[in-house]
Amino acid sequence: MPVSVTEWMTLMEALDRNCITNLDEFYYLARAILVKSEIHYDHYDVAFQEYFKGIEGPADISEQILEWLKNPINRTTLTEQERALFDKMDLDELMRELEKRLKEQTEQHDGGDYWIGRGGTAPFGHSGSNPAGIRIGGQSGGRGAIQIAQERRFRNYRSDLTLDVRQIKMALRGLRELNRIGPEDELDLPKTIEATSKNAGDIELIWTRSRKNAVKLLLLMDVGGSMEPFAELCSLLFSAAHSSSHFKDFQYYYFHNCVYDNLYRDMERREAMSTEHLLRTLERDYKVVLVGDARMAVQELTDRWGAIYYYERNDSPGIMWLKRISEHFTHCIWLNPEMPSYWNHPTVQMIGKLFPMYELTLDGLGQSVKKLVVKR
Amino acid sequence: MSNDGFDRFKGSSDYVTSRPLRNAVNVSITLGRPLLIRGEPGTGKTLLAHSIAKGLKKKLIIWNIKSTTKAQEGLYVYDTVQRLNDSRFGDKDVSDIKQYIKLGKLGQAFAAPEQVVLLIDEIDKADIEFPNDLLNELDEMSFYIPETNETIKAVHRPIAVITSNAEKELPDAFLRRCIFHYIEFPDAKLMEEIVRVHFPDIKNNLLQEALRTFYSLRQIDQFRKKPSTSELIDWIRALIAGGLADEKISAEIPFIGTLLKKEPDYNYFVKTRMGRYDNTYDTRR
Repeated sequence: MPVSVTEWMTLMEALDRNCITNLDEFYYLARAILVKSEIHYDHYDVAFQEYFKGIEGPADISEQILEWLKNPINRTTLTEQERALFDKMDLDELMRELEKRLKEQTEQHDGGDYWIGRGGTAPFGHSGSNPAGIRIGGQSGGRGAIQIAQERRFRNYRSDLTLDVRQIKMALRGLRELNRIGPEDELDLPKTIEATSKNAGDIELIWTRSRKNAVKLLLLMDVGGSMEPFAELCSLLFSAAHSSSHFKDFQYYYFHNCVYDNLYRDMERREAMSTEHLLRTLERDYKVVLVGDARMAVQELTDRWGAIYYYERNDSPGIMWLKRISEHFTHCIWLNPEMPSYWNHPTVQMIGKLFPMYELTLDGLGQSVKKLVVKR
Repeated sequence: MSNDGFDRFKGSSDYVTSRPLRNAVNVSITLGRPLLIRGEPGTGKTLLAHSIAKGLKKKLIIWNIKSTTKAQEGLYVYDTVQRLNDSRFGDKDVSDIKQYIKLGKLGQAFAAPEQVVLLIDEIDKADIEFPNDLLNELDEMSFYIPETNETIKAVHRPIAVITSNAEKELPDAFLRRCIFHYIEFPDAKLMEEIVRVHFPDIKNNLLQEALRTFYSLRQIDQFRKKPSTSELIDWIRALIAGGLADEKISAEIPFIGTLLKKEPDYNYFVKTRMGRYDNTYDTRR
C-alpha cells in the first residue's frame, strides 16, 4: 500500500486537530487520508485487523453459500467444466470445499489466482462471478471499526483478484498513435499569429488537421476446446476492445487451436474467411493480438493436414500460417490466458518464438500494449 | 465534540449520506484539502457537492471537465483574439489588458469574497496530465497572471470536491494531496432512505417489492451495466405512475426498460426469465 510522508503528515495534522473521538472514526479518518484507491481498501482492512487484533475468524457462512448454490441463475455463470465438477459433488461436499477455500483465502491474503479459477480446475468460477462475490460476513447496523475491517467488503476491488472490462479498456487506451488526419478543422494558433504578423496585423487564419488515433487493431481469438475455461476472460477482452471507440479500425476473427487456411467471423466457426485474403487485404500496420493457450498436439501445428478437424485439410501446416502472419504485420503479440508456469509445452514454446507472448492479465496486457506501439 | 467546527456537514434534506462519507467531507473541510470522490456511476458523486453547498449554505461553482479541457482554462483565459480584433477598429482602449482576462471556474472560486464549494466534475475525462497541472494551484489556492502582474489568491480556501470515474489513473502526486473516499453502492437499508427522500409518500409494500427485485437484478453478474440508483428512482416513478398491484412487481418486472439500458442485458434477462437456463457458452463451441 503506497503511503507517502505527505499523507502521513496530513494524518498527524488531522489527529492534532482532534478530528476523532474513537476508534471507528480513526478507521475512516486514516483510510480517507492514507488510502487513495478502493483497490487498496482491502489491504488497509487487513492491516487494520492485524494491528488491532483480538478478533474472530470469518463468520458462519454456510447459509449464504447455500443460498448462492440454490439460485439457478448462478449456475449459468459457470463454465461447462465447472458445472461438470458441480454435478459430480453433492451439496454437502461442495459446501465443505467452499468453506475450506474461504478459510484459506482469509489466511493467505494473496491467494488471488486460486479464486479466479484460471487454472480451469477451480470449481468456483471466474473473478466476477465467484461466490466470494456474495457478501460474506455479517450485516448489522452500528458495528465497530474492527468488525468493518473484518468484513473485508472491499476484497472484490483488489486489482490482483479482479479484471473487468473497464480495466482492460484502460490498458487498451495505451494503444494510441496520434497522427494528424482528416479535414483541416483545427485552428493552428502559432502559425496564425505568425501569418497575421507577416500580414501587418490583418488577421490571417491558418487551419490544421486534428490529431486522431491511427491504430488499427486485429484481434484473433482461439475458441472452444481447451479455451473453454477462459471463455469469460476472453469475452471481457473482446467487449473491452469492441467498445473502445478510439481505434481507427477494429477487426476480429476466431480460430480453433491454430490458424489454418481459414479464419472465422463467428464463434461457431460457420462463416469462414480465407486467411490468405486477410493477409492480402489488411495493411501491414494493423496491430495484431492473438489470444489462445497455444497448447495443442504437436502435429496440429507442424503437419500438413494436421488440423484437428478433418474437413480443414490444411495444405500448409499451422506454424507456416502463423509465421506468415508474424511476417506480414509489423506488430504482433500473443496473449496467453494460462499462467507462464504452464507454458513449458512444445507448441507453446514454438509459438512463443514467433510472437512475443504475454499472460492475459492486467500486467501482461499493459506490457503487450507497450510492445505494440513501439516504433519499428 | 471538537474544535474549529469539525463535523459541520451533516447531509442535506434531499441527499442521504453514510457516516464514512460525512467523516471524509468534514476531514477535507477541516484540513482544507480537496476531497476526491470515486464510485460506481449513479452513486451520487456529483450530487454530493450540491448537498454540501446546500447543507452549509454556500455558493456552488461547477467546473465540468471534458476531454478537451485544459488546466489553464480553469484559472483564466486571456482573449487575445478579441484584443487583436478590437485593435483593428480602435473603438476600445486595448492597452487595458484586464478587460481581456476572464477568470475560469477555479479563478472564480478563489476570487469569491466568501467561501464557496467548488466541484471539479469528472476530472478523469481530461488529459492524463491535467491533474498535475493543477497541483500547485490547489495546494496554494492561488495563481499568478503574468499579463496583468496580478496574483489571485483565495481569501477563503474553497471546499473542493473532485469526482472521478477512474477511467484513467490519477497521478500519485495529485492523490497525495487529496482526501479520498470511495462511495460504495448503497445497501438495501440506505437505499430505502434514499428512495424515501425522493418519494416521501411511497407505500411500504411497493418499496420493499421494488427493492428486493432491484437487488436481485444487481446480483446478476452477466449484465454489462447493472441498474444503479438513478435507474431505480426512475423505475419506481414509473411503477407509481403505472399503479400496478405490488405482487406483480417481482413476478413480472414491468417497465424493465428503465432498469436495463443495454440490449445484451435485456436479451439475457428475457432469456433467463423465460426459464431457459441454457448455458451461454454452448454457442461458442
